[in-house]
Amino acid sequence: MATQTQVAGVGYQAGAKGPGGVFLATLQDWVMTVDHKKIGIMYIVYALLFLAIAGVEALLMRIQLAVPNNHFVSPQTFNRLFTMHGTTMVFFVGMPILFGFGNYLVPLMIGARDMAFPRLNAFSFWVSAFAGFLLYFSYFAGSGLYGAGTAPDVGWFAYAPLTAKVFSPGHSTDYWTLSVLLSGVGSIGTALNIVATTLCMRCKGMKLSRLPLLVWLYFVTSCIAFIAISPLTAAQIMLIIDRYLGGHFFDTQAGGSAVLWMHFFWIFGHPEVYILVLPAFAFANEIIPVFSRKAIFGYPAMVAATVGIGFISMSVWAHHMFTVGMGPAGNTFFTLSTMIIAVPTGIKIFNWLATMWGGNIHFTTPMIFAIAFLFQFLIAGLTGVMLAASPFDWQLGSSYFVVAHFHYVLVGAILFMIFSAFYFWYPKMTGRMMSEKLGKWHFWLFIIGFHLTFDFMHIPGILGMPRRIFTYEADRGWASWNMIVSIGAFVQAIATLIFLYNLISSYFKGQIAGPDPWDAWTLEWSTNSPPPSYNFAQIPTVESRRPLWDIKHPEDPDSRYE
Amino acid sequence: MSLSMYVATVARLLPGSLDGLARRVALCFTPDPTNIFAPEATPAHSIFGLSMLVLGICAGIFLVVGGLLLYVVIRFRHRRGYTVREPVQIYGSTQIEVSWTVIPILIIVVLFLATARIIFTTEMARKPADAVNVVVIGHQYWWEYHYPKLGITTANELHIPVSDPRHPQPSYLTMTSADTDHSYWVPRLAGKMDLIPNKINTMWMDPEKPGLYLGQCAQYCGVEHAKMLIRVYADTPAEFAKWVANQQKPAVQDPSVAEGRAVFMHNACMECHTISGTAAKGKFGPDLSHLASRDTFASGAVPLTEQNLRAFINNPDTYKPGVLMPAMHLNDHDLDAVTKYLMTLR
Amino acid sequence: MSTAVAVAHETAGEWKQPSRGIVGMFCLIAAESAIFVIFVVAYIYYTGKSLNGPTPRQVLDIPWFTSVCLLSSSITVHFAVHALQHARVRASALWLAGTILLGGIFLAGTGMEWYRLIYHDGLTISTNLFGTTFYSLVGLHASHVIVGLIMLLAALIFATMGKLGKQHAERLEVLSLYWHFVDAVWVVVFTVVYVLGR
Ligand code: HEA
Ligand code: HEA
Ligand code: HEC
Ligand code: CUA
Ligand SMILES: [Cu+2]
Repeated sequence: MATQTQVAGVGYQAGAKGPGGVFLATLQDWVMTVDHKKIGIMYIVYALLFLAIAGVEALLMRIQLAVPNNHFVSPQTFNRLFTMHGTTMVFFVGMPILFGFGNYLVPLMIGARDMAFPRLNAFSFWVSAFAGFLLYFSYFAGSGLYGAGTAPDVGWFAYAPLTAKVFSPGHSTDYWTLSVLLSGVGSIGTALNIVATTLCMRCKGMKLSRLPLLVWLYFVTSCIAFIAISPLTAAQIMLIIDRYLGGHFFDTQAGGSAVLWMHFFWIFGHPEVYILVLPAFAFANEIIPVFSRKAIFGYPAMVAATVGIGFISMSVWAHHMFTVGMGPAGNTFFTLSTMIIAVPTGIKIFNWLATMWGGNIHFTTPMIFAIAFLFQFLIAGLTGVMLAASPFDWQLGSSYFVVAHFHYVLVGAILFMIFSAFYFWYPKMTGRMMSEKLGKWHFWLFIIGFHLTFDFMHIPGILGMPRRIFTYEADRGWASWNMIVSIGAFVQAIATLIFLYNLISSYFKGQIAGPDPWDAWTLEWSTNSPPPSYNFAQIPTVESRRPLWDIKHPEDPDSRYE
Repeated sequence: MSLSMYVATVARLLPGSLDGLARRVALCFTPDPTNIFAPEATPAHSIFGLSMLVLGICAGIFLVVGGLLLYVVIRFRHRRGYTVREPVQIYGSTQIEVSWTVIPILIIVVLFLATARIIFTTEMARKPADAVNVVVIGHQYWWEYHYPKLGITTANELHIPVSDPRHPQPSYLTMTSADTDHSYWVPRLAGKMDLIPNKINTMWMDPEKPGLYLGQCAQYCGVEHAKMLIRVYADTPAEFAKWVANQQKPAVQDPSVAEGRAVFMHNACMECHTISGTAAKGKFGPDLSHLASRDTFASGAVPLTEQNLRAFINNPDTYKPGVLMPAMHLNDHDLDAVTKYLMTLR
Repeated sequence: MSTAVAVAHETAGEWKQPSRGIVGMFCLIAAESAIFVIFVVAYIYYTGKSLNGPTPRQVLDIPWFTSVCLLSSSITVHFAVHALQHARVRASALWLAGTILLGGIFLAGTGMEWYRLIYHDGLTISTNLFGTTFYSLVGLHASHVIVGLIMLLAALIFATMGKLGKQHAERLEVLSLYWHFVDAVWVVVFTVVYVLGR
């Protein structure tokens, strides 16, 4: 702490001559920081920026698709839009926002003063940030020497051989691979840090069996990241070799295989969706108990289910490939492995319900987002099971039904839980509460917009509408559904703007929060809001999973039951 | 393989066809041309039967779990006058937890066996000797069709015979791609199957009723992926025989359009297109030998009229921006001539 | 800021947790293994699928000698760590030098092999599928050897400058873990490329 303020103070004095002095000092403070809380917040801000960009891309697509045979954007532009939207949302919104919260919360929740490798942490953040910049730089430099710039248009999973030089000349695809490769490096760095922090930085008494569930889930997510993101890195290296050195990994003219890329991508791609969803589950694990006023139900089962999901998720990747002709044996195997995931996931859902059962549920903004998450994740999971029935997938695959399925998870589950996490931990990060009134507005508008968009998106899928088409024929009966979907997207946009406004205005005007505004039980609520840079004046010692419960209820501490 | 055969055998023991129920549900949907719930061929039917089972089970789970959620949220909401400091803390219960592990496992077993059964009946179906064979090659934004046994090459509009359930005559599509990945999807006839370079996939369909079935490419393949439409004509046996006989003839040589033919042969057209019985032997674009016998061109994107065709040849980008056929910059006179010529290729 | 970390360590006291460095290295090894697995799978998948020559059988000789060198360097690096743990800095430095020498021989061997393949046999990365998969897999491994050598060299330089001490034993151990990993990968690469793939 002392060092921190001093650094800032010195900077201030040195720069005090000009009006930019304070600004420069603050900037330097943030750019040079290795404090896990600052890095966490930078991750989050950066992800919000990209959320706005990728959200606007989604809006442009929805304008184009609102009516059949529309000419709002050209086919090329549309293809770039969905590629950039998908890539940005997954790599530069989902990953950084989750790592942001992880960075902020994991050390605080285990009673540590920083991450295990603070400098690696800063490095990972800046690498990821640079990767995002690189992706968008391609809008200016994508086509290399000839003509104006372009963005990549190969889709977020960039199937070979469309990415080969013959089919994708220019440099836009190069920017895509490099950016995804770098973002992977950043993610592996942060994952390594989270694992090392969890294993090596716990405060006294914080046995593995007492870790807050959030930390457990981040731990498992990070472990998945090592095994899942590296194949993507490898595949991107191969693609770079193909594109720059004339290699033939995915060159079908020279005997290379297009299917191999699919395997490599989905060996990453499927675990990736669990990397994204486990942190959302992690938030739910902390938020639902607090607002139900009950301990989490079945802690060991929750941990076991998470580890189970981690393992099973490694063996299901080819459910994205039911239509590439794997033969009956492959289809059968991947149907089974995919369906089995429903069991550990179900355990989680039921445990959350049991946590709420008999509780005293407070409908604060974080909690209503969490309840909506439960409801929507249930539906999303069930449409996932439909897709897992491979013959059904022969019809539904690559259709708008799939798009609806995954937005139901990515938006209905993950984004909802991220919003919930914002309302829940914002007071800790800034010292001020977010406005509950605006929060309720945000919630209701967003949920209406969400359901307008993504409920009705299932129907054109069933009616035979493939994804990634820039326009469609008028005689297919898809038009009215698409109109509703597009309207919903704009309602979501308005809700998101309210959220952003709330985020900013509460920073200046929000009610002062105090250290523990929600009467919660984990360690981060035992220190000031915002926490000092050393987190805890004195490193805590814990005796149960809910240290603050023990303090608040000395007559009936948790440690008796564990 | 032996293991999977075993699975398939067990799967067969499950309650058989849900078709009766399925058909009734189908009627609730308007007959949209590409509705997956309005099947008209065996593969689509068996998928539909499975879909109804899966949908039914999932709907059941949704009602139970969703209902539970609703109940919990209403019953245990915070009420004014709640006096107890904190509710009773419960940390878990092995019994209950085991039950909600085992029940989903049982549901999964049922779902899995029903699915495996359809996988095997569809993918391992025995191919009758008189099945119609079609080789399908996907190109960036158009479809090439060969009938090896009949010696026919055509493009964009697939003709297959109706299959009489008493004498099933399915059509087998053997598929690959000349460039990027594509996917063949005619929802009312069968599920989709990808066309991948260096890989040969097969699918089959046996339409029950004559008529036109629509679909489109379902794997992103480049700029004009959206306009890579599919039209499958299920012909009665007589119609099909007539169509075959016509396609087997060499292209019409109408002397009145000799000028248009000359334009075609003196421009790059012949480098990319084949017209049987002429010097045009190009393979890059669709075979035009019987172009005028089609209802549409540019893989179903444009109705075939003289006007449309002229506009397309003048500048293909008017209908399909980004298409791989260049604008040939013919003058008005040549353009009229070549269009007239192509319109005679019945 | 790093002082904060130090504080955390002081309070650790009898409350024992694994060492950060070793956990971190194991994580890195997990991630790197996954990368190698993908390259190995690609190599195996494409063996015998090249449309034109040369084939592995025609051009590859089994690099027995350099492989033995590389594998023995695992032993020398182990002794280097062991020596440092017992504060025998000079011995440790000698073992380090030995490790670097053996690693260097291996790298030189690869360099010579590549030179011969490129200029004599005309096999480059773009010749055929074999060339593509061979150079990427062996090259990926070689790049790891290079990184390892640089770090070992740094340790050796510190040792000669007298800046290496017993307190650095854990760091050297972390480095040796990496080096063992590089060796283990070579066993796999060797088997796949020179034994199975030939
Ligand atoms: C975080 C994101 C996330 C999550 C969690 C999931 C979860 C699941 N997904 Fe999804 N999925 C995506 C993101 C996600 N998916 C994305 C992004 C794509 C498309 C990528 C692209 O092509 O661009 C995709 C595509 C996709 C496909 C491929 C479709 C295609 O392209 O053809 C399939 C097929 O099997 C599938 C299945 C599943 C299943 C079975 C689950 C399961 O994990 C769900 C389990 C949950 C439940 C089942 C509900 C709760 C359980 C109970 C209440 C217990 C009782 C239930 C039963 C007994 C059934 N998903
Ligand atoms: C986390 C992941 C995520 C999220 C949150 C979203 C959110 C949304 N997505 Fe996205 N989507 C993907 C991941 C995601 N998507 C992926 C992976 C694909 C596949 C890509 C591919 O096929 O390659 C995809 C594809 C995809 C498609 C299919 C394109 C196609 O196949 O042709 C569509 C179409 O409707 C769509 C729509 C939307 C909409 C309407 C939202 C909405 O929920 C968005 C709501 C948010 C906003 C509207 C932002 C509001 C912010 C502002 C308004 C701020 C403005 C600020 C300033 C002006 C400073 N998405
Ligand atoms: C560079 C190759 C090339 C040249 C030269 C070319 N075409 Fe084409 N042509 C194509 C391709 C590719 C398509 C498929 C377009 C699509 O639907 O995606 C096509 C489609 C067509 C079609 C529609 C066929 C169908 O069944 O849908 C017609 C008609 C046609 N071309 C006529 C011509 C004429 C006339 C010329 C010369 C003036 C010509 N083409 C020159 C490549 C070419
Ligand atoms: Cu062909 Cu999409
Ligand atoms: Cu998946």
